[in-house]
Amino acid sequence: MARDITPQFSRPAGRGDGQRVDLTNLSAFTQTPPIGSAGEVAVIAAVAILVVGGIECSLRWFEVPLYILPPPSAVALALVSDFHLILPHLGHTLVELLAGFAIGAGAGLLLAALVTQFPFAEKVIAPYILLLVTTPMLALVPLLILRFGFGYEPRIIAVALASGPMVMINAATGFRRVDSAKIALARAYGASTVQIFWKIRAPMALPMILVGLMIGAIFGLLTAVGAEMVGGGFGLGNRLTTYSSMIQMPQFFAVVLILSTLGILIYVIFFLLGKKYASWEA
Amino acid sequence: MNAAGDVAPRSCRPTSIGEAAGRGGAASGAAAPVALVVDAATKVYGAGADRVLALEGCGFEVRAREIVSIVGPSGCGKTTLLWSMAGLHHLTSGAIRLDGAVIDGPHPAIGIVFQEANLLPWRTLDANIRFPDEIKRRRSDEGLIENLLRQVGLAGYGPRFPRELSGGMQQRVAIVRALAQRPSLLLMDEPFGALDAFTREEMNRLVERIWLDTHTTIVLVTHSIDEAILLSDRVIVLSPRPGRVARIFDVPLPRPRTPEIMAGRAVFELASAIRSEIVGARTSLAAEGAVGSPKGEG
Repeated sequence: MARDITPQFSRPAGRGDGQRVDLTNLSAFTQTPPIGSAGEVAVIAAVAILVVGGIECSLRWFEVPLYILPPPSAVALALVSDFHLILPHLGHTLVELLAGFAIGAGAGLLLAALVTQFPFAEKVIAPYILLLVTTPMLALVPLLILRFGFGYEPRIIAVALASGPMVMINAATGFRRVDSAKIALARAYGASTVQIFWKIRAPMALPMILVGLMIGAIFGLLTAVGAEMVGGGFGLGNRLTTYSSMIQMPQFFAVVLILSTLGILIYVIFFLLGKKYASWEA
Repeated sequence: MNAAGDVAPRSCRPTSIGEAAGRGGAASGAAAPVALVVDAATKVYGAGADRVLALEGCGFEVRAREIVSIVGPSGCGKTTLLWSMAGLHHLTSGAIRLDGAVIDGPHPAIGIVFQEANLLPWRTLDANIRFPDEIKRRRSDEGLIENLLRQVGLAGYGPRFPRELSGGMQQRVAIVRALAQRPSLLLMDEPFGALDAFTREEMNRLVERIWLDTHTTIVLVTHSIDEAILLSDRVIVLSPRPGRVARIFDVPLPRPRTPEIMAGRAVFELASAIRSEIVGARTSLAAEGAVGSPKGEG
C-alpha cells in the first residue's frame, strides 16, 4: 500500500517537538523489536539465568549474610512459603490503589474536560494543579492519618491526590490538541458542542489520556506503598517496614518483587490499551 | 460530448432536500436558476490595530449544476469565503444565500471537501464516510456509499484505516464522504493542493466524471489555474486582500475536457489571461504554486 504522501494533517501544529504522543515513546523498552526466533529466546533466557545465577553464586561465595542481601533462591523460597501471609496485604494495597486511582483519575478527567472547554477556568485552576503535581502527596499522609485514623481513608485520599493531577495535566494536554479542520468538519455537518467533544476531542485526546492514566496509576502505587509505610498495620508498605525491622530480608525482597510486578503490570495494561485504542497515531 | 448543461440531471438529488428536487428539472445551460448568491460579502477579523479586512463587498452568483472556481493571490480570502458558504464563518456584513435562504450556519444541503483529506485517523474509512450521518443521527445510504466507493476505485477498502492509504486515496474517501450526503452544493477548499501533479490530474478527472454523473453544483477554491480551467464553467478571480471579485472568466469548453482539449490554444490563452489578471493584481504571486506550466498537465 502506498504510504508515501500520507498527509501529516493529524499532527498537531505548534507542538514543535515533532514527537508523537503515545505510550511507545515513554520508554526505550518498547522500541525493542519483537523477539523472533527460538535462538533469540534461548539467548535471552541464558543471559537471565546467568545474571540470577551469578548473583546467587557470588552472594554465597562471599558469604554475604542473609540480613544484608539474601540470595535469589532465598527470596523465591520466601515468596512461595510466605505468600499466604503477604496475599491479604497485597489485597489491601490493591483496594487502596484501585479506589484512590478511580477517584483521582475520574476527577482528573472531568476537570481536564471542563478546564479545556473554559479557558478562563484553566487560568484559575492551573496554579493549584501545579502545586498538587509538584508536592509529594506523601507529605500529607501524617496529617491525613491524624484526621482519618489508620484505616483505608487516608491512603485512598493520598492515592487520589497523587494520581488525579497527573491524569488531569496529561488529559488536558490531550484535549487541547485541537485540530481546527476536524472540528470544522464536524461543525459543517451540524455537530453540537457535546458531539464535537465525544467524536473529535475525546478520541484525539485518548493517546494522551492513556499516558496520563498510566503515570497516575504508577504515582498512585508509589503513594499507596509510601502511605502504608507511614502508619497503619496493613498493606504491602507496612510489610516492608515490618519485615525490615524484623530483619526478615528474604520476605522483604519478596514484597519488593511483588511491588515490581504490580508496577510492570500497570505499564503493560496501559501499553496494551494504547495499542488497541490509540495506535492510529503511530 | 456533454456540454456543461445539456445533460438532464439524473435523479441523484435527495427528495429530503425539497429545493433541490424543485430545481432538478429546471432549464439547462445558462438559463439554469441561480443556486448560490454571494451578496456584498464582507468579513473582518480582529479589531483595532489587529483588524484585518479579509473580504470586502465580494459578490457573484453560482447557477445550479455549475462548477465555479475561485482563484486569487494567497491570503485574498478565498478560504474565508468558502468557509462562509459552508456556514463555518459568519460574515461581518453581506449575505450568502443558497436557493434563497441565507446561510448563517451549517446547512444540510452543503457538502464540503477540505484541504488535505481531513479524515479522522481513529476511524476506518467506512466509519469516516458515515461520520456525517452519525452526527445527524440518521442511517447511511449503504447503496450510495458502495456505489461511490466503486466509482472512485476504492470498493472493498471500507474496513481500512486512513493511514493505510496514499494521499490521493484519502482525498477520494473525503469526496465520497461529502457526496454520500447528496449535497446540492459541494464546496471544495483547495482539495488537491497537497497531492503530486499526476495524482492531482487524476483527481481532477475524477471530479469531472462525478460531476458529469451527478451535476452537483460545485464551488472550488484552488491555487492551480489549470485545475480551475479543467473543471470550471466559470473562473472567478479575487483581488488581493481585501478580497472582492476582480474578474470572472467563462470557460466555454466542451466536456469531458480531454487532454487534447486541455492542450489546446483556447486553454493556453485563457490560462494566460487568468494568470495576468492575478499577477497583474500582485506581482509577488510568482512565489505561489498558481504560476505553473502554461499548458494543461495532460
